[in-house]
Amino acid sequence: MYSFALKMLFGDSARFYGMLLGLAFSTLLISQQASIFVGLMSRTFGFITDTPEPDLWIVDPAQRFLDDNKPLRSTSVQRIRGITGIEWAVPLYKGLLVVNLPDGKRQMSQIIGIDDGSLIAAPPFMLEGAVTDLRKPDAIIVDERATRREFKMEHPPEGGAPRALRIGDTLELNDRRAEVVGICKATQTFQSQPVIYTTYSRASEYAPRERRMVTMILAKLEPGVDGAVVRAAISDQTGLSAYSSDEFTEKTLSYWMRETGIPINFGTAIVLGFFVGVAVAGQMFYNFVLDNLKYFGAMKAMGASRGTLLGMVSLQALTVAILGFGIGIGITSAFGISVPGERLAFRMTWQIPLIAAFAVSLICTASAALGMWRVLRLDPADVFQG
Amino acid sequence: MGADAAHSSSDRQCAVSAHGIEKVYVAGDTQVVALRGADLQVHCGEIVMLAGPSGCGKTSFISILAGLLARDGGALEVFGQDPQSLSTEARTAWRLRNVGFVFQQFNLIPTLSIAENVAIPLILQGIDRRSAIARGSEMLGRVGLGGRERSSPTRLSGGQQQRVAIARALINSPRILVCDEPTSALDGATGLRVMELVAAQGRAPDRAVIVVSHDDRIYHLADRIIHMDDGRVDRIEKPSQRTTHA
Repeated sequence: MYSFALKMLFGDSARFYGMLLGLAFSTLLISQQASIFVGLMSRTFGFITDTPEPDLWIVDPAQRFLDDNKPLRSTSVQRIRGITGIEWAVPLYKGLLVVNLPDGKRQMSQIIGIDDGSLIAAPPFMLEGAVTDLRKPDAIIVDERATRREFKMEHPPEGGAPRALRIGDTLELNDRRAEVVGICKATQTFQSQPVIYTTYSRASEYAPRERRMVTMILAKLEPGVDGAVVRAAISDQTGLSAYSSDEFTEKTLSYWMRETGIPINFGTAIVLGFFVGVAVAGQMFYNFVLDNLKYFGAMKAMGASRGTLLGMVSLQALTVAILGFGIGIGITSAFGISVPGERLAFRMTWQIPLIAAFAVSLICTASAALGMWRVLRLDPADVFQG
Repeated sequence: MGADAAHSSSDRQCAVSAHGIEKVYVAGDTQVVALRGADLQVHCGEIVMLAGPSGCGKTSFISILAGLLARDGGALEVFGQDPQSLSTEARTAWRLRNVGFVFQQFNLIPTLSIAENVAIPLILQGIDRRSAIARGSEMLGRVGLGGRERSSPTRLSGGQQQRVAIARALINSPRILVCDEPTSALDGATGLRVMELVAAQGRAPDRAVIVVSHDDRIYHLADRIIHMDDGRVDRIEKPSQRTTHA
């Protein structure tokens, strides 16, 4: 009877395609919005994932998330280095500065000043040049995306057609010369500003003079030491807070989730997607069962067991759910592949298809359950009532 | 033909034996008495027609006889079995083995071919789909629809659809065939042809046929006509003796 159940489903083509469309659209809305949300949120802590070397991120206790800079005294670095269990500790500068391009354009950019000696926290991927080139005078490394976009030379000094920024070009950071010595690939920031790497000491010269210039301290634990003990010691001896990479990521993410309206906006779209599925596909499937009730009734009269009828309805619901979900997740994937990541934050983690599948299952199960309830309640004698 | 068959009815096995059947429908505070002690005996090889005005209890009566509806009083045996004594599942299985149905509105599934529609009772009995459809096609040939097995029911006339329904009702060789107003959705001539088909294909030495119908143009095909009124059997006629009282 199950092949007949599928023929009943496919045969009602208008309703079948309507249900598919509803579920596919619902899946698309849920998975696409969730993927953009995850993509956007992952940009808020991109620098942490780009910087695998430190075990500890040491910041001012009032700092709420990665970009919530609360600069520290430069002496804090020495104090951290003096704590038992710390293998190394380096300062990091991270701040926004205005960059002047040769053609007169000005662009707010994120400057990352890494330790001069060790070059810890260097860019994760170098496309051109080497990290050690940062030791050259006025050296900076620029994110590849920015060379094509914000730093694109509309009027190159040598003349000719517009071109991307390249090694050898010079920029001005706070009226000081900076020469591009490398092109890197870094995770895009939440606000999508260009990212420029340089040394800590040079970043301190570029940045307006302040009493406190260390944005945060990156530290490595000695092998075998208890991280909790060291963190407690840091807190006791310096008054600073130390987080592992995961903790700092979690802290940053939780700030954006709790303190901004972003989750509500995306959540609304996701819930809307769910209700579109309920309103269109769920209701359509329920009507499909209602329209076929007289046939189910006839089959019940002829001797179809409850199990057979419920199996038929379940198979119909499952088929619609799988096809609708498949189409929806396929469109979402195609969307994610076709839209460049620098234009749209899109990150479909393995949990997102599962969530969409769960939502679609819920819609189909609920509508199928309602339909089954009607089939179960069906009195076979009703078939004689016309 | 109907009268001849009826002559020997007393010698044949009793297919249906119903005594004092009662049925009351309750909806909130309202009670509607549908059957007030209806009696009926139908023998194997016999075709009986249930006639009577609307609301006299015909449909409730055949629903109870076919094991679709529970009675509130009286005694019933269909081929020695009281369907009401069976569990819901057992009664469903009993219907599948013993009862064929022809409905007023045909109830053919429009998205299946007519051969597939006919095959449904066989598939419900566990026969594989291919064999069931092959037997369904064969059965369609017996009701004059050979060569149209793959047609959709929606492409057939009302008379042809009812032929398909008859083929479906007979495919698993039921011991009792129940027809509810099989001609009411058809014009007179088509209705007569359909009932002739029921009489020709449905009548068998080991089977009883019960037809509910208002259509007196088909009464001559019956062995007996059972007139019901107000929930009881009012009188029983043979087509040649239309004045015999119960």
